[in-house]
Amino acid sequence: MALLRKAGIFLLTLAIASVLVFAFMAVLPGDPAQVALGVNATPELLAQTRHAFGIDRPLPAQYTDWVGGLLTGNFGRSYITGDAIGPQLVDRFEVTLWLVGAATVVAVIVAVPLGTLAAARHRKASGTVVSGLSQLGAAIPAFLAGIVLVEIFAVSLRILPSGGWTPPDADPVAFLKGLVLPALSLGLVQAAVLTRYVRSAVLDVLREDYLRTARAKGLKPAQALVRHGLRNAAVPVMTVLGLQLATLLIGAVVVERVFVIPGLGSMLLDAVGSRDLIVVQDVVMVLVAAVLVINLLVDVLYTVVDPRLRRAR
Amino acid sequence: MLKVDGLNIAAGELPLVSDVSFTVAGGERVGLIGESGSGKSLTASAVFGLLSDDVSAAGSVRLEGVDENLVGASENLLSSLRGSRLAMVFQEPMTALNPSMRIVDQVAEARLIHRTVGDRAAAHRDALRLLEQVRLRDVAELGRAYPHQLSGGQRQRVLLAIALANDPDVLICDEPTTALDVTVQAQLLDLIVKGAKERTAALLFITHDLAVVATVCERVLVMYGGRIVESGPVAEVLTAPEHRYTKGLLDASDLETVDEGGRLHAIAGAVPAAGKFPSGCVFRNRCPRADEQCEVSPPWFGEPAHGHACWHPVGGDA
Repeated sequence: MALLRKAGIFLLTLAIASVLVFAFMAVLPGDPAQVALGVNATPELLAQTRHAFGIDRPLPAQYTDWVGGLLTGNFGRSYITGDAIGPQLVDRFEVTLWLVGAATVVAVIVAVPLGTLAAARHRKASGTVVSGLSQLGAAIPAFLAGIVLVEIFAVSLRILPSGGWTPPDADPVAFLKGLVLPALSLGLVQAAVLTRYVRSAVLDVLREDYLRTARAKGLKPAQALVRHGLRNAAVPVMTVLGLQLATLLIGAVVVERVFVIPGLGSMLLDAVGSRDLIVVQDVVMVLVAAVLVINLLVDVLYTVVDPRLRRAR
Repeated sequence: MLKVDGLNIAAGELPLVSDVSFTVAGGERVGLIGESGSGKSLTASAVFGLLSDDVSAAGSVRLEGVDENLVGASENLLSSLRGSRLAMVFQEPMTALNPSMRIVDQVAEARLIHRTVGDRAAAHRDALRLLEQVRLRDVAELGRAYPHQLSGGQRQRVLLAIALANDPDVLICDEPTTALDVTVQAQLLDLIVKGAKERTAALLFITHDLAVVATVCERVLVMYGGRIVESGPVAEVLTAPEHRYTKGLLDASDLETVDEGGRLHAIAGAVPAAGKFPSGCVFRNRCPRADEQCEVSPPWFGEPAHGHACWHPVGGDA
């Protein structure tokens, strides 16, 4: 029942988002037909092209066509190349998912132990150092981290490629090698932010009475924290991680450019550059949908982690 | 079984508990009473070795059969004693259980930590038996529940079951019934006494409720200002108190007599903040009988197990 309500909210949000994305594109100045044909195009040819793009029709009709297409898997054709957008979008999306997924793994693997350590030793020097470093790390933009990482591992040490993309089924080793630097540059910055949230969540849990009960049973402080604390600290951390995934998708746009990765981000930037508005519209819609799906998944995961939320929802 | 000698607890330079000494024998039930801020809970936490980082303890806490002083003992030694030979039930049952772990697992864990049982299945069986011992019903079903599905009284029973899991020699209860409805208090007190008796455990029972002390304990220690001001058998201390503070506590809990103004008796003033207690007798700024002599700290009069620290005990002078 509660899940149905959540799904309903999800669909409603998606619908509103589609209207907004469409409206933004519609109010942008510039004529796609003019862009596609150049300045010397004849009025007849322009009119013909507008008709072919379907942009000579009223906006509501254009919108329903577009959304109807999305629902049936038809993403339309590029204004510039004339290619179908759908298949390309699927390929690009897969690439971005790999990147964002790997970056998330990096962020979690780094942030959970570090944040926990910073909390458990918050009165000691080591805890303060970790907090300070994470503060610093959170201030570094992902593309800068990427450039520094390339400088070290690709240019100086020459152990990892500076960019490019190998599909996993073509050459798994080259795929992984190519994934390391972009995932690190995207993930480490997120890890710095996440570390601070893990720290404060664990600090809260450390003050809980049930941790004292765990100690009273005879568990040592670290055992008590791991067995009884971390799972309860997970709920607030998951919220932040869900929000971060949205940031990661946006961050991927820039990092893909730095590392020449053919994902959604570079597709979006290329389309913006060539004013291929229908592609921009599709990519933005896919990104929005991805963020909403992530939030829905986080909501479902809450109830898995925290039994108190099961009855309430 | 438990011997506390010259226990001092301080937060930095600020003394919180001064020179507290007492013993609790196996099978004996001793109450520790006093208002909030008198140092009861700190004393209990020090005995249990779970003081927070910002306070430090000095003095000696000895457990029979352990050569080392528990004050300043290693975490290794303390965690091997906690939950096995030393057990504690805390005040707040609503928040003392892990919200994301099933009840039966939380009880079973107590059996597993100290390797009292070999495997999970045995620990699980023991946990159900322990839950039955604290008179919870339908333990198989209740064990699968999470803490938020239980009432405060049920949760405190679960916590008692955890404390009793490894048949402790010393059971410390820190206001275990204060947060509960009066109707469930009596049943829980009964279970605590029964649990301690069956194991001939030394029970140290902390409360501010004189009626509870009268029900549960044989002997009582009265604390005020971080010191023990009177001790003795419950029947004598509660009927013929000697220290002026004990007298004040008793008068204040008497709901049948009133003063000239028609109001219930109360102790004048409030418990001072830590560090703000007067020199000499800690109670003299609230004591109706205080005089110059009280500016000097009173010595202990009488036996260690039955005496008081008052220059002008009730009925002791004109």
